[in-house]
This record gives sequence, C-alpha cells and structure tokens, in this order.
Amino acid sequence: MEVLMSIVAGVLFTAAVYLMLSKSLLRIIIGTGLLSHGAHLLILTMGGLKKGAAPLLGEHAQSYVDPLPQALILTAIVISFGVTSFFLVLAYRSYQELGTDDMDQLRGNDQHE
Amino acid sequence: MNNLIILPIAIPLFAGIILIFFNKNIRIQRWLSVIASLAGIFFSCIIVQTVHINGIQTLEIGNWKAPYGIVIVADMYSSLLVLTTSIIAFTSLLFAYSTINVEREKFFFYPGVQFLILGVSGAFLTGDIFNLFVFFEVMLMSSYLLIVLGNSKMQLRESIKYILVNVISSALFVITVAYLYAVTGTLNMADLSVRIAEMGQSGLLTVISLLFLIVFGLKGALFPLYFWLPGSYQAPPSVVTALFGALLTKVGIYSITRVFTLIFYHDPSFTHQLLAWLAALTIIFGVIGAIAFWDIKKIVIYNIITAVGIILFGVAANTPNAVEGSVYYLVHDMIIKGALFFLAGAIIAITGTSNLRKISGLMASHPFLGWMFFIAALALAGIPPFSGFVGKLKIVQGGFEAGEYTISFIVLLSSLLVLYSVMKIFINGFWGEPKPEMANQKGSAKGMLLPIVILLTLTVAYGLGVEWLSPYISQAAETLLDPTIYIQAVLKE
Repeated sequence: MEVLMSIVAGVLFTAAVYLMLSKSLLRIIIGTGLLSHGAHLLILTMGGLKKGAAPLLGEHAQSYVDPLPQALILTAIVISFGVTSFFLVLAYRSYQELGTDDMDQLRGNDQHE
Repeated sequence: MNNLIILPIAIPLFAGIILIFFNKNIRIQRWLSVIASLAGIFFSCIIVQTVHINGIQTLEIGNWKAPYGIVIVADMYSSLLVLTTSIIAFTSLLFAYSTINVEREKFFFYPGVQFLILGVSGAFLTGDIFNLFVFFEVMLMSSYLLIVLGNSKMQLRESIKYILVNVISSALFVITVAYLYAVTGTLNMADLSVRIAEMGQSGLLTVISLLFLIVFGLKGALFPLYFWLPGSYQAPPSVVTALFGALLTKVGIYSITRVFTLIFYHDPSFTHQLLAWLAALTIIFGVIGAIAFWDIKKIVIYNIITAVGIILFGVAANTPNAVEGSVYYLVHDMIIKGALFFLAGAIIAITGTSNLRKISGLMASHPFLGWMFFIAALALAGIPPFSGFVGKLKIVQGGFEAGEYTISFIVLLSSLLVLYSVMKIFINGFWGEPKPEMANQKGSAKGMLLPIVILLTLTVAYGLGVEWLSPYISQAAETLLDPTIYIQAVLKE
C-alpha cells in the first residue's frame, strides 16, 4: 500500500513541477495546489498505513492508526489553504493592475517600470 | 520550567492581536507597538542573563514531558538572536514612523511587523521541528503582507515570485519532515539527535539532511538558491527591506546551524564539506553582485548574500574558533544590515533615487549622514575598532585550523570587495560636487537618523566591548559544539 501511495505522490509532484514551470499564473497556482496535496499524502504515507481503528478512544480497539501525522496534515492543510487564498487574490490584483497573467511579461525589474 | 522564555513569542502575539482593533488610529498603533518592542528588548535581556547564569532554559508547553509535547528551548545562541531581533524590531518601528505613509499604516502595517517578530522569535526558540515549520509560516505570511502592502506594480510583480518560491520551499519542508518522521519516529530536536546517534547516520539520513539544506538554503539565500532574493528585496519600502535583510535570511542560517550541529553531525566529511563549498560559492556570487551594480539597494542586498556565506563557512569549518566567530558575525551582521538599509533608505528619501550615477556631493548638505555611512561601511568590511572584525578574525582563524585554506582566503578577499562596494556608494554619493538636478530635491532625513544612530552605537559598542561579550558568545558556541548539553537540558536524563 505504501508503495502505491508513494507512486501516486510522485505523480502529483511531477504534475505540480510541470505546471509550475508553465507561463500562465493560474496554472502555476494549480501546480502549488497539487504540490501541497502530494506533500500531505506523503506525510500520511510516511506515518505508516497499517490497519487499525480511527484514533478515537471510544472505539475500544486493539490498535489505532498513528494520530500524529494526521495532526501534522491538518496543520499543514490550513496553512497551505491560507497561503493559497492569499496567492489567488494576489494573482487577481496583479491581473487588474498589470493586465497580464503571462509570467514572461512579468519579468524584469525597476528598469522596465 | 520557566515561563519567562515564552514572552518573546507572547508579547508580539498579543500586541499584534490588539493592534488589529485600532487600525484607523495611527497614534495608538505607534505607541502600542513601540511599547511592545521595548518590552521585548527588556525581557530578552533578562532571558540572556538567566541563560548565562543558570544554563539552558526549557519550557514544556502544557506540562507534557519533552519528546511528547512541544518544548520551547532558550540556549545562549537563540537568546542572543532573540535579543538582536527585538532591537532590530524597535529601531525598524522608529524608522517606519518617519518613512511609511499613512495608507500603509492604516492597513495593518504594524500588526504585520509584530507577527513577523513573533514568527522570527518563535523560530529561534522552538525545540520541535514541525513547530519550526509553523513559525516559518507565521513569519512568511507576515512577510507576504509586508512585501505587497501598498501594491505598486513592482511590488505586485516581485511578490508573486517571492510567494511562489516560498510556497515551494514550504512544501519541501513538509516533505522532509515526513521523511524524517518515517525514519526516526519523533519530531523533537533533542530526541531526534539521540535517536540518530543510536542508529548511526545512514545514507538515508544524509539525504534527509541535504533536503534540509535545500529547504533552509532557499530561505537563507545560499548559492545556488539565492536567485529570488535580489528582486524581491528591492520591491518593498526600505524599512521592510531592513526587517527582511536583518531577520529573514538569518532564520534560515540559524536553522542550518541548528540542524547540522544538533541533529546531523555524524557525517561531517560529506555534509560539512559540501556546506563549506556552498558557502564559498555564496560569498563569491554575493561579492560579484555587490561590485556589479550601481544601485544602492542592490549593493546592500548582495552584501546580505556574502554575509550568509561567511557565517555558514564558520559553521562548516566546525572548530571552536570558527563556530564562535560565526556567532559573533551573525549578531554583528543583523545589526549592520539593519543600519545599512536604514542609511540606504535615508539616501533614497533625500535624493529620490537609488541610482548612484545620479547622486553626488551629499556630504555638503548632510555631513552627519555621510560620516555615519562611513562608519557603517568600515564596520561591514571588518575594520578593527568596529564589530565586524572579531567575527571574521575568528572565522578565518578557525578555517585555517580546519585546513580550509582556499575558502579562508576567499573570506579574506571578499572583505576587500565588500569594502569596495560600500565605499563606491560613499565616494560617488557623498563626495564630489552636488549635481545641479539634485538642487531642487531637498528631501530631509529628519527622524530617520535616530534609529541609525542607535544601531551604529551598538555596532561600535559591540566592537569595543568584545571582552565583555565573549563569555556570552563562547557559551553559545559551547552548546553548538557539544550537542549533549542541549539534549540533557531538554530531555533531563
């Protein structure tokens, strides 16, 4: 199971890198979304995918799954959620102000102002 | 157990939260943030003194024992950095009062600064690797706000790149933590160190250590990962660049130092050698940038990159002298980069341009500013009475002891080129005849001088008071050189 999940995470990373190297800003943001999905899936996989009850003491089970990676993922999800929404609004504002979403035209520095 | 050491995190947190409610009342914002930063300086002084007398202070949050809960650890290295951070925060606020315009002040500039300080102090003080990630994100989120606030076209364009780079490096950080957890099964730094010492640093752990080097190298602008820094740091106002230049890259350096002295110190022939050569290349590319440009901000920005290389070479050489030197140099560099960006900001405010070719003869109208810039330039290059000297001396001495002759010579040569790059600003900007087109631009540097004077006084005092400071610095280096001190303080074996 871990091998399968690692391959899936690898595919997500590949797609993310491909999208982030493209020209359009929106594709880049979709790429960052896939990258964080891959990272979160990887935490879950690396924590181990052994069979066990959900980490609720009311389950009274013999063994539980590891609760720590789930807490880490929950933290990482809300952080990437906040950053992504900021990034989306930034992309929207810069589309309004600069009139383009083409990264080639966003090159340069103060000499091009 | 000592609740004192959470105050550098708690004070900016509460100050930031309270400031959000008064976003239209600039006077309250200014007073509250300056009081909070003064309290920060006061309590960090107490922490430094407590750590000096009683050894490493730890605080187990919520009374959970060390490997299971989150632990806040103040050793001498982190408490010195927290003290420097709060001094930089205080002077930046003073500088902001006279330079930041009202629109920015009304849209959460001061809460942004407080949350940035919270993130930086938290990253210095935490003893848990995932908690370090969270504090990184706190710091980065506030830096996103500060870099884009005001939304000029240049800021929008540069902040897109800055955020993208940091999103990628944060995802890499999460991935690295996942691998580390899979191999060791713990996240507490002291516990990690113990477990890695028990199982031996296998090839897998060396790979993870290099992933950490990439993650923190991206934050700390190490060669070849510094490409994002020159553009991004040029966009925001000078005070924001000063905060970033003095604090953000230094958190990356701190993390590299912590990770390679506390956790992955078992295979130095590979990891530390790599770190030494990356540091050398960082120095070389930094000075090339610093001498190539005719833009005041760009010159100082490339000097950040050079300093990153010098500090990390001290860590990589890993002899007692070199590590002590890199602690000296790190604190010195935070202060002097703050001062240099303030000076650059004052020059830009007076002349209205950062292009050196358009400026000359400032000495006639602003002699005090000119001589302060001269002192800052000498301190940056490491001329003996000022603060940069001892750090570089110890780093080079340690480098020779470790047999790294080539890189030590690169460090020495880099000082020459760094001096040339800042003297270029001094000679072209302050000497010569005042240019006719500058006559109608009589901006004044009133109000900007106080923070610069404070930082330069500290620089001179730091250079002259080495005897008095050395017990503190050697205590910091001692912990870095011997991880067992840190581990025993945290795990209480």
